[in-house]
Amino acid sequence: MSIFLPQSLDDFWEISKKHPEAQIMAGGTDLLVRLRSEGKLLPTLTCLERIAELQSVEESGGTVQIGSAATLTSLLQNEIIQTQLPILHSSISELGSPLIRNMGTIGGNICTGSPAGDTLPALYVLGAELILRSATRERIVPISDFIKGPGQTELQDNEILYSIQIPLSKGVNLHHFEKVGQRKALAIAIVSFAAMLHIEDNIVQRARFAWGSVGPTIVQSREVEAVVEGKTLSLTTLKAAANLAMLAVTPINDLRATCDYRKHVAGNLLLRLATNL
Amino acid sequence: MLIQFNLNDEPVEVDVNSSMRAVDLLREHFLLTGPKEGCGSGECGACAVWIDGVTKLSCLLLAAQLHGRSVTTAEGLGKDTIHPIQHSFAKLGAVQCGYCTPGMVMSGAELLKRHKTPSRDLIRNEMSGHLCRCTGYHKIVDAVEDAAAHVQEEK
Repeated sequence: MSIFLPQSLDDFWEISKKHPEAQIMAGGTDLLVRLRSEGKLLPTLTCLERIAELQSVEESGGTVQIGSAATLTSLLQNEIIQTQLPILHSSISELGSPLIRNMGTIGGNICTGSPAGDTLPALYVLGAELILRSATRERIVPISDFIKGPGQTELQDNEILYSIQIPLSKGVNLHHFEKVGQRKALAIAIVSFAAMLHIEDNIVQRARFAWGSVGPTIVQSREVEAVVEGKTLSLTTLKAAANLAMLAVTPINDLRATCDYRKHVAGNLLLRLATNL
Repeated sequence: MLIQFNLNDEPVEVDVNSSMRAVDLLREHFLLTGPKEGCGSGECGACAVWIDGVTKLSCLLLAAQLHGRSVTTAEGLGKDTIHPIQHSFAKLGAVQCGYCTPGMVMSGAELLKRHKTPSRDLIRNEMSGHLCRCTGYHKIVDAVEDAAAHVQEEK
């Protein structure tokens, strides 16, 4: 096998033309673990880590663009992420460990497509769109359409995830991210939850929720959101929403938790929003 | 493939197999047995080294990725003598079997570059990529605190 470390996107496209069998590696924190567990020889790898164009964070015209190969630590240290996307910042801060975040990338977390991906609930409530590029064209796919199932994405063989585009939501004045796991770090989420609410004149104008690790992909539910919308946020409405959430999620039993436990936790996490009242 | 990089302040050049891991290159070829393989999957931190001053997991880096970088292992942390954090670990009983220690001191030394008076909570957070089966972590946190105080005194 060979390993390539292109310094530019142009170099990357040249390499991928000559080596269509090469797999793309960003931080390698998911890919290398998976490849080694499969017990086979490593395939040819093309690393994205030296392509500066894929690592920038920019804000313009009410949208933040995040390069797919930006490391998670670089995003935690970035002022735009800290001030404009605090819910994304919260989620990233709970992912893995500082060492994993120093290497792992936001694009990798998305393309791995695990329902337990810690950046995903926040990206779903933020309405993130993904810019996919091949050598010749570009297309934009909403993140909710991109991940099809556990480990399955819309990404075609000749494409890379180029960047993540997030519209800055006006009026969001309550946000919450929480990850439940067996440890405070180095833990796979048993249930994760992201919420963004726009509250005006004491009435919830719009609520956006997303749950991780409770279905084959991230779970969202307009019915649950509608329970709290158009009313004052109260423990009563949140409890009603929580009961509905337990029906909206479709978790499995696995070595970390039972289906039943996950359903209860998915509902209970909504009640956290009451702590701000 | 031929790679060149800086290893503990010395330029080196070596021909590596594309699939070789950085941890194996450092241990087997350069005989730097500081970084250790505790899990091989990025979950224990025993293999931690600095790449351009940032702590990373050498079990999840391929040797080829070291090309052009500056690599520091626990052996190269101090200049003429050991780093204050290594001194504090030894002095305060933060080392039992020692297996996690070389990784721990890499993260600890990095956090001391960024935080002059880290709180115990911050230390625990920043070092959360390292598992220790012996000490229960308490004395490790003590050692990082102690080292922070010494680094400040030296200034």
